[in-house]
Amino acid sequence: MKVVLSWLKDYVDIDLSLEELARLLTRIGLEVEEVHSIGLPYPDDSVTGMKSDGHQEFKFNGLAWAPDKIVVAQIDEVMPHPNADRLVLCRLKDGVDEYVVLTGAPNLFEYKGRGPLPQPLKVAYAREGARIYDGHAEGLVLTTLKRAKIRGVESFSMVCSEKELGISEEHEGIMLLPPDAPTGTPLVDYLGDAVYEVSILPNMIRNACMLGVAREIAAALGKPLRKPVHSLPVTGAPLEGQVAIEITDPNLNPRFVLGLVRDVRPMPSPDWVQRRLKLAGMRPINSIVDATNYVMLEIGQPLHAFDYDVLVERAGGKAPTIITLDNVERQLDPYTILVTDTAGALSLAGVMGGLESEVTDRTRTVLLEGACWNFINIRRTISAQRLSSEAAYRFSRGVHPSLSQWGVELGMDRIAGWSGGSIAAGLVDAYPLPAVDPVVEITVEDIHRLLGIDLDLNLAAELLKRLEFICRMDEDRLLVQTPPHRLDIGTGVTGKADIIEEIARMVGYDQIPATRLSSSLPPQRGNAALEREEKLRDILARLGLQEVITYRLTAPEREERLAPLDGEYMALQNPIAPDRRVMRRSLLAALLEVAERNIRLRERLALFEIGPVFIPQPDGDLPAEPTRLAIFMAGQRDLPAWDGASPTRLDFYDLKGIVEAMLAGLHISGAVYELAVDARFHPGKCASIVVNGSQLGVFGELHPAVQRRWDLGDAPALCADLDADALLACLPDRRETLPVPAYPAILEDIAVIVDEAIPASRVADLIRQTGGKLVVDVRLFDVFRGDQIGSGKKSLAYSLTYQSMEGTLTDRETAQVRNRIVRRLEQELGAKLRGE
Amino acid sequence: MSEEQHPILNQLEQIQQDALAVLETAVDEAGITAWRSAHLGRTSPVMTVFSQMGQFPKELRPLVGQRANQVKLALEAALAEQAERVRQAELAQKLAAETLDVTLPGRPQTLGRLHPITQTLREIYRVMGEMGFQVYRARDVETDDYNFTLLNIPPHHPARDMWDTYYMTTPGMVLRTHTSPGQIRAMREYAPDPIRVILPGMCYRYEQVSARSEIQFNQVELLAVGKGITFGDLKGTLTDFARRMFGQNVRTRLRPSYFPFTEPSAEMDVECFVCGGKGCQVCKSSGWLEILGCGMVHPKVLENGGYDPREFTGFAAGMGPERITMLRHRIDDIRYFWSDDVRFLEQF
Repeated sequence: MKVVLSWLKDYVDIDLSLEELARLLTRIGLEVEEVHSIGLPYPDDSVTGMKSDGHQEFKFNGLAWAPDKIVVAQIDEVMPHPNADRLVLCRLKDGVDEYVVLTGAPNLFEYKGRGPLPQPLKVAYAREGARIYDGHAEGLVLTTLKRAKIRGVESFSMVCSEKELGISEEHEGIMLLPPDAPTGTPLVDYLGDAVYEVSILPNMIRNACMLGVAREIAAALGKPLRKPVHSLPVTGAPLEGQVAIEITDPNLNPRFVLGLVRDVRPMPSPDWVQRRLKLAGMRPINSIVDATNYVMLEIGQPLHAFDYDVLVERAGGKAPTIITLDNVERQLDPYTILVTDTAGALSLAGVMGGLESEVTDRTRTVLLEGACWNFINIRRTISAQRLSSEAAYRFSRGVHPSLSQWGVELGMDRIAGWSGGSIAAGLVDAYPLPAVDPVVEITVEDIHRLLGIDLDLNLAAELLKRLEFICRMDEDRLLVQTPPHRLDIGTGVTGKADIIEEIARMVGYDQIPATRLSSSLPPQRGNAALEREEKLRDILARLGLQEVITYRLTAPEREERLAPLDGEYMALQNPIAPDRRVMRRSLLAALLEVAERNIRLRERLALFEIGPVFIPQPDGDLPAEPTRLAIFMAGQRDLPAWDGASPTRLDFYDLKGIVEAMLAGLHISGAVYELAVDARFHPGKCASIVVNGSQLGVFGELHPAVQRRWDLGDAPALCADLDADALLACLPDRRETLPVPAYPAILEDIAVIVDEAIPASRVADLIRQTGGKLVVDVRLFDVFRGDQIGSGKKSLAYSLTYQSMEGTLTDRETAQVRNRIVRRLEQELGAKLRGE
Repeated sequence: MSEEQHPILNQLEQIQQDALAVLETAVDEAGITAWRSAHLGRTSPVMTVFSQMGQFPKELRPLVGQRANQVKLALEAALAEQAERVRQAELAQKLAAETLDVTLPGRPQTLGRLHPITQTLREIYRVMGEMGFQVYRARDVETDDYNFTLLNIPPHHPARDMWDTYYMTTPGMVLRTHTSPGQIRAMREYAPDPIRVILPGMCYRYEQVSARSEIQFNQVELLAVGKGITFGDLKGTLTDFARRMFGQNVRTRLRPSYFPFTEPSAEMDVECFVCGGKGCQVCKSSGWLEILGCGMVHPKVLENGGYDPREFTGFAAGMGPERITMLRHRIDDIRYFWSDDVRFLEQF
């Protein structure tokens, strides 16, 4: 919200610099996002030379006007320029002297050549040396006025536009001041002001008005608050009998107040009113609409003005639609609250008025509505109609019903004051559901328990009274009644917390001492699942893989690139983009998209991600969110170096090496690998992993036809799609170590020829099984195929390590084991010892 | 003729001198071998003296033998010395020939790295872990109840505007907008034990992706529930946290804010560590960086979690690891995190 400094000063004395006020507001919960200075000095401003202490806390903009350089002046005559049609010469007095000033402002052309003006034009005049913004430059560019000759006429000063003064973007013409502006006065004294852009917290809607902010400032400074009063005499005939109110549902409309002003003449509002409205971000319309907006900005009560004569005359059926002020015909929902008369809908209650009964220049009688609406319904209307307004913003957060009456009274006063007319005596006030302002009980212990400070209750009461809480001491309890302008204080334990927050705010958060937690430590449970997951991350990174984190939102067609859909998705009702409309089911599909973006950037790419996928469950249950591990590798085995070792590509066995090392790092043993059938993968280069009967997933080379669906180059794409939950469940809780052998090991190579169809793992398993505990390591070091051994055969060469913990093995002992192994391989696999 | 003057003795002297004189010319392995066979071989002068011992008078033989032996030992010692010199020189020469250009780049190795957000999360876990906070993880897809209602945000409450929510097509389900539903889950699981937990997790926001905002982002919340936990404890804990994360001397400030699930609520700013509070692009000239939102757990939330608010109090705080990472490493585009460009990731 835009808060206007000069307006605040109507209600509270403020003797602070712009920066001090910004600090104060932020400290009490009215966060200042930006300060726009209108002529007033602010820190680090190059014009005034003011410097802050090196700590800049707020964003300032605008321009400080030097008091001796920028002043109120009057133009007594506008004369044509001898050499230029688009320029005029102004005869101008600045309180010191008379000058002829050159300008191209189009809004002076109508006065050109009329001779001395009967009423001088008051303008903002910048003397030589003044620092102003360049009106013709794009954006805000500071410039200093220097002496120059323009088309043969000497110029050293100028009359300014709002843009040049840093007030607004307006540069269509020069700024014209009210006729009573005192010539010669420094402009900053006459017009200097500031606008604070303050963010209003959802529970502080009471402060979405000047009085609300002023109240907070007054409370923080301990100064009195001057509330606005209505002062005009009530001269008109009574309202009674002219209008009646019927409220259908008091829950939706707790209060509805009407007032009437007769014989009005809508006209432009006084200059100061228009200026304030503009600074607060609203467009002046006419003196009646402006009065309603002014009161809303003043005390926070939105008002609506009807043309009473239209209401009386209009006829019509009960149309299910209404045309609102923005000229949109709106369908109405069952929960939309309407203000209607006997002829049908008049306005969307609390949101926007109807076009038909709009106040116009022809309006002579104004019926003024001040009401209170159920904020939930207003919110539903706003979202259904996709329509918001200043009124709806406030009503949708809750406006206290007590403000309805005050708002109408102030409104009528402003209307009559700015548009003439007479105020009808009395109001018609329907108040079927009076607000009950909560009373909350506070003790010293309550304050201590929540804030950790000891605060005397009398002092607490003093602080609360500044915010207009009504406080009463009852022995050792403080009874605090909520003032009738706010709805954010609850009852019971909630009310206590609400009141203590107000006390904390007034004490100042910075005044509450910081302490360390001294309450007892909870049972230390740790998080085993997370620790295991982080261990897995560490191992994969140690193996040279880069971790990535991808979007969990995707689209079915993005995952379909990898495999046909095989289940339902958790889908979003309101996706922000069609390609992010469901929760992913495949982590690998997401990883492949990352691979695609990076594949040309590196000779070797090795990536992994650990994260959840989302599987819908029946019966409206929340989805399962199992954790998956996806790995992608492609490119060169070794990174290219300058000595030209010939590059080789990563293949299936590189990925398998990663998988094996990962399992070894996790101390998971007994993995069984089998050729797996998976449409995503190369039919001959895909393995499944099973550990202790638990399926961990598959890995291998992507099927070339599948790989082509991404731009992944022609190197084989090696991928793993693993169930991280199952994998990490295999982690042993405890493991034991073996002693380092005290006796030497004996190494021996053995090469056997077997049928091609026999998996290498069977040979190795048999060797281990037969060798028993004396064979401690079996390592395949060569696979050979060739004519020498016959077609359909392969030679597998193993390096065996014999080792005993009891003593040094003799040749005889190892030979016995070896012979047993060879016999077993011959019998069970038809293997032949190579070289025999 | 005395024994001392027998010519053989002078000869031996001469043999030694002659041999040593040419030893210096043996400068390589071949020279050494040739010298050995010439001066210590079977037919070498000194060895010839041994083989011709019979020619010398009997009484002179022990002396000749002794002298000849001395000469032989002297030559052997000299040879060993020279041979070592030659070996050293040859090694030095060989090594000199092997001199590398040490400025050539090394063979590149692959260094696996963790995603920057994983690294930041771990740092937060570590810092808070030392204060007794343990990680509690909850789910991404939540019920409306857990995400809002149980956190004191009833349907149509104005506070719902604070979150741009993704709703699932399944009624009553949302993508969590914050990790706060984990507060209720942790409380319901642990009540009536005291609680100190860290709630990390991916959250979602219905918003256009831009340099400043993402549709998914991590959040980390802290939750402490127990007897006698105060706003002062909240301040102290968060100040300690900020010092550990951003530097021991960093200044912090709390200012009032609003969250439906805390009361009093606050926002914590740390002094901009980029400019030291003087005002810069990173802090948008404000000198302060908004780091986290926090407050005392709202009595209704305590109640919904199964704790009696008249007996228990607690505090909660929430922060964005992406924002913290961006501030610390001067990253100006949040989209870098999930676009996973290796040129970005490899910088961590």
